[in-house]
Amino acid sequence: MNLLGRATGSRPRASEQRTLRSPVARRRRGGRAAGAALAAAVLAVLAVVSLGPLLWLAKASVSTTQDLLREPLALWPSGARWDNLAQAWGQGQVGRHLATTAAVAGGSLVVTLVVAVTAAYVIAVLRPRWAPLLTGGLVATLLVPGVALLVPRYLTVADIPLLGLDLRDSYWAVWLPAGADAFVVLVLARYFAGLPREIFEAARVDGAGPFRVLLQVVLPLSGPGLTVVSLLTVVAAWKDFLWPSLVLLDPSLQPVAVALPRLLEPLPLAEQMAALFLAALVPVLLFVLLQRHFFAAAGASGGTSR
Amino acid sequence: MARARATLPALLLALPAVLVFGVFAWWPLVRGLVLAGQESRAGADPRWVGLDNVTYVLADPLVATAALNTLAYTGLALVVGFPLPVVLAVVLTELRRTRSLATTLVYLPVVMPPAVAVLLWRTLLDPADSGVLNTLLARVGVEPQPWLASTTTALPAVVVAATWASAGSAVVVYVAALSSVRTELYEAAELDGAGVLARVRHVTLPHLRGVLLVMLLLQLIGTAQAFTEPFLLTRGGPQRSTTTLLMVIREYAVVRGDLGAAAALGALLALSLVAVSVAYWRLTRRWGSA
Repeated sequence: MNLLGRATGSRPRASEQRTLRSPVARRRRGGRAAGAALAAAVLAVLAVVSLGPLLWLAKASVSTTQDLLREPLALWPSGARWDNLAQAWGQGQVGRHLATTAAVAGGSLVVTLVVAVTAAYVIAVLRPRWAPLLTGGLVATLLVPGVALLVPRYLTVADIPLLGLDLRDSYWAVWLPAGADAFVVLVLARYFAGLPREIFEAARVDGAGPFRVLLQVVLPLSGPGLTVVSLLTVVAAWKDFLWPSLVLLDPSLQPVAVALPRLLEPLPLAEQMAALFLAALVPVLLFVLLQRHFFAAAGASGGTSR
Repeated sequence: MARARATLPALLLALPAVLVFGVFAWWPLVRGLVLAGQESRAGADPRWVGLDNVTYVLADPLVATAALNTLAYTGLALVVGFPLPVVLAVVLTELRRTRSLATTLVYLPVVMPPAVAVLLWRTLLDPADSGVLNTLLARVGVEPQPWLASTTTALPAVVVAATWASAGSAVVVYVAALSSVRTELYEAAELDGAGVLARVRHVTLPHLRGVLLVMLLLQLIGTAQAFTEPFLLTRGGPQRSTTTLLMVIREYAVVRGDLGAAAALGALLALSLVAVSVAYWRLTRRWGSA
């Protein structure tokens, strides 16, 4: 059951790969037409189902509310209302909440990377005698459904053991628990374990200690692994709703996902759609620019609900 | 000797993980079990009450309703959301030049923050005649439907919206798995006169078997803990018809301030999911190791 290996392993290019239909069947004249028809049909359906709602949202964000109510299916608004976007950004406060979302995601990323890089390095490279214990502790948390942790984790955040700190209504309440993601540690450990050990040995012989090996040998070689882990973390933080809605009650701290339902309420329909459009824009643009890495991350996460 | 010198750095490097996991995963796990046996209300000192929370939760008619809803949600999501990505992946794998474009389109909804997607769906499913979906249906002569406002259509509507938002990630996993099918198998099947559907049945699906089994379990565990979609689409209504167990846990904790009951219900749901996973694993182990 090796989802990770499959997702990151090299594979033949789409155009050369033999699939259900043989290359001969594909090249035959009927086969070529059938292939083209299939492609056109699939793309058409996907365009409507997948892209359709997004395109509708884009259009709605620059329409008037009357347009949306009278003719929701019109292909074009009766004149672009760029005001909607400006209103949603400023008055609707979407801009401010996008900034808090970036703060939530950025801090989660830093904490997760510190935890995952150090732990994965211990597990996969240093391999002390007690490493299996650490790995076991991490795997144990993967086997527990998230719902079991929800309430006790909330109580822990409200009253940190020994220190007695209340982290609620501070970003730390989201940042620190985000670091307790065993999946990310294991993905990175797997990546580190795949690096050639001779390089570590050589560095060690040259007198480099464990910290220097990590900073000057392991990290520079781990670009792709770190990218996958970073995307998993940032996307999860950007999408999360339940946890931040529990621990960030101060509206000025809430990420856009949590604040949106409240932000939409006072706005006219067209501006509501503009607010949704703005909130979707950053992740969609990130995805369009970094597609390959997104797919690697999706493969690594095995389609779990992150 | 080398080992002894390497021990201190290893301990130091393990520290961030031990602290973060210790405080936010291991300790809460223990605490959750303890909490489930305590009467713990906001502001008051907790008191040991044994299984009282469990019996209280199990006797609450709201929990029964939510359990049935969650079962219906999980079942419906399996029927709608499980086969769809498999079919899409098989079809996408057949595409040549357009495959990456199609994969991009399939995955696009996954990157939308669920809150945005759900609020957009709420607009599309507006029960008024002027709602987007209802306007669309009117063009083909279908009466406007109340969608989220009716107890019969609300849950299926939520499932469809959730499937739209998540199907893409499963497709990407299947497409990756399909890229490693041994092509000789297709050739051999073809020589034996197997048509396209026979090749899907005898080569493609057996190849995916292991991945399918894992994905089925992951989907089950994920949908049993559904929250964001039903919460933002319907707030659990109409008449509690879309209230899920996780929504009840939140209601216990946030609205009623009864953390003991919330922890007990959380532990019960988690334990049932672990039990289901173990049973599933034992049942499928024999034919999963293809």
